Amino acid sequence: MRSLRLSSLALTAALAMTMTACGGDDGDDEVAAPPVDTAPEFAAGSRMAELAEAGKITVGTKFDQPLFGLKGLSGEPEGFDVEIAKIIAGKLGIAEDDITFVESVSANREPFLEQKRVDMVVATYTINDKRDMVVDFAGPYFQAGQDILVAKGNPKGIDGPESLKGKKTCSVAGSTPAETLQTEYGLTTADLQLVDVYTKCRDALANGQVDAVSTDNVILSGYVDAAPDDFELVGKPFTEEPYGIGIPEGQEDFCDFINETLAESVQDGSFEEAFKATAGKVIDTVPTLPAPRGCDK
Amino acid sequence: MDAVLDNLDVFAEGFTRTVTLTLLAAVGALLLGTLIAAMRVSPVPPLRWAGTAYVQLVRNTPLTVVFFLVVFGLPEVDVILSFFQFAVLALSLYTAAFVAEAVRSGILSVPSGQAEASRAVGMTFGQTLRLVVLPQAFANIVPPLASVFIALLKNTSIAGAFFIFEGTQSMARLINANGDQAIAILAAAALAYLGLSLISSALFGLLERRVTVSR
Repeated sequence: MRSLRLSSLALTAALAMTMTACGGDDGDDEVAAPPVDTAPEFAAGSRMAELAEAGKITVGTKFDQPLFGLKGLSGEPEGFDVEIAKIIAGKLGIAEDDITFVESVSANREPFLEQKRVDMVVATYTINDKRDMVVDFAGPYFQAGQDILVAKGNPKGIDGPESLKGKKTCSVAGSTPAETLQTEYGLTTADLQLVDVYTKCRDALANGQVDAVSTDNVILSGYVDAAPDDFELVGKPFTEEPYGIGIPEGQEDFCDFINETLAESVQDGSFEEAFKATAGKVIDTVPTLPAPRGCDK
Repeated sequence: MDAVLDNLDVFAEGFTRTVTLTLLAAVGALLLGTLIAAMRVSPVPPLRWAGTAYVQLVRNTPLTVVFFLVVFGLPEVDVILSFFQFAVLALSLYTAAFVAEAVRSGILSVPSGQAEASRAVGMTFGQTLRLVVLPQAFANIVPPLASVFIALLKNTSIAGAFFIFEGTQSMARLINANGDQAIAILAAAALAYLGLSLISSALFGLLERRVTVSR
């Protein structure tokens, strides 16, 4: 169910990436590197000790997701997911340069973890039961949700999914957001204008051919970021997509460590700093860290 | 199979739109295509050039690009139609190029003595084309036109990527909701297209026999 939506997302984001690259607006807000612990100590034999000993870590992330994991012309992935990975690596005593980022698209996240080709996956990775059967999740560190994008000034007065009836709403055909609007909020095929990639929705909204675009707020935020004079977010997410950090099964110590690190990063301000430098450019309020779901199976 | 049988209404809505799109675009393409073919054989050079340019330009452009230009390009110059009208327009413009070539081949198949005789008895170019050449031309091009319109039927699936809820979009929706039965749903969609194509073939076969007899 999710793969179609996310592969379309990948396409969209790839297009968005090209646009961002053209805009050339990056560079001036370089993120300060999170602190790297010099000599962290871990119990012998723990997963953390192994990684600290090796002095390097392989992280799966997205390369095409604006604000979360986007690899632009600089060649270095940038975004909130990337910063979270750096915070965790820092606590292991691993410097930014010793992190190897590997592109993890939606379809290969579980296989990468099962085959241990990556040590962890931070890639807008929604925690759900099916995935939890084959990998373990630390976190969540962010709560995404389906939201609505409208033209600047919200001329149609759209304030939630209920007010989309009788208006033209664009989304991707065969995606979970479109299905949610149809089954939960009673939109008909006349209300919904469906395409294959989200960039078409964005263009149609810019032209005034549709009244709204609806999918995960993370995707929509990227469009607001690129064209703040044209679009705005309604800002009331109506589904829950908790993003977790995927690790291979059977590494409970590592999972606990990540959850502790996330909690510490909130206290020392690095979580807020990471957010403000990335997704916070579009989402005003720094989110509170969601309660950890626990590492016991 | 349950996912298909329980959702026949979704399929029906989608494929009904596929048929409507095909019929409307076929009419549009036939009219525009005949006009362009007439331009290509006309005695006026600029008309001939324009007709040739249209065929070369449109026939060598992917349909997806034509859709992009129509759906997102026209609003830039303040031509705002409904998405359905845009889809019919894009499909008509595209298919017209192929119809034009089929019609032109039909026109060329009519012996030139026919046109010369018409001109000799005082008919204008328009009268010659309308009363003498085109009726014979159309009788000759039923098989290639059938191919063009069956291609059009399948091409309507591109509209599914441009805001139109047609056959393939209904399929995509059902697969998302029933990921475990994706193959059955794909097979059902393929069968629907096959059924519609076979019906068109049969109708064109009927037409072919009719016009051949009348000659």
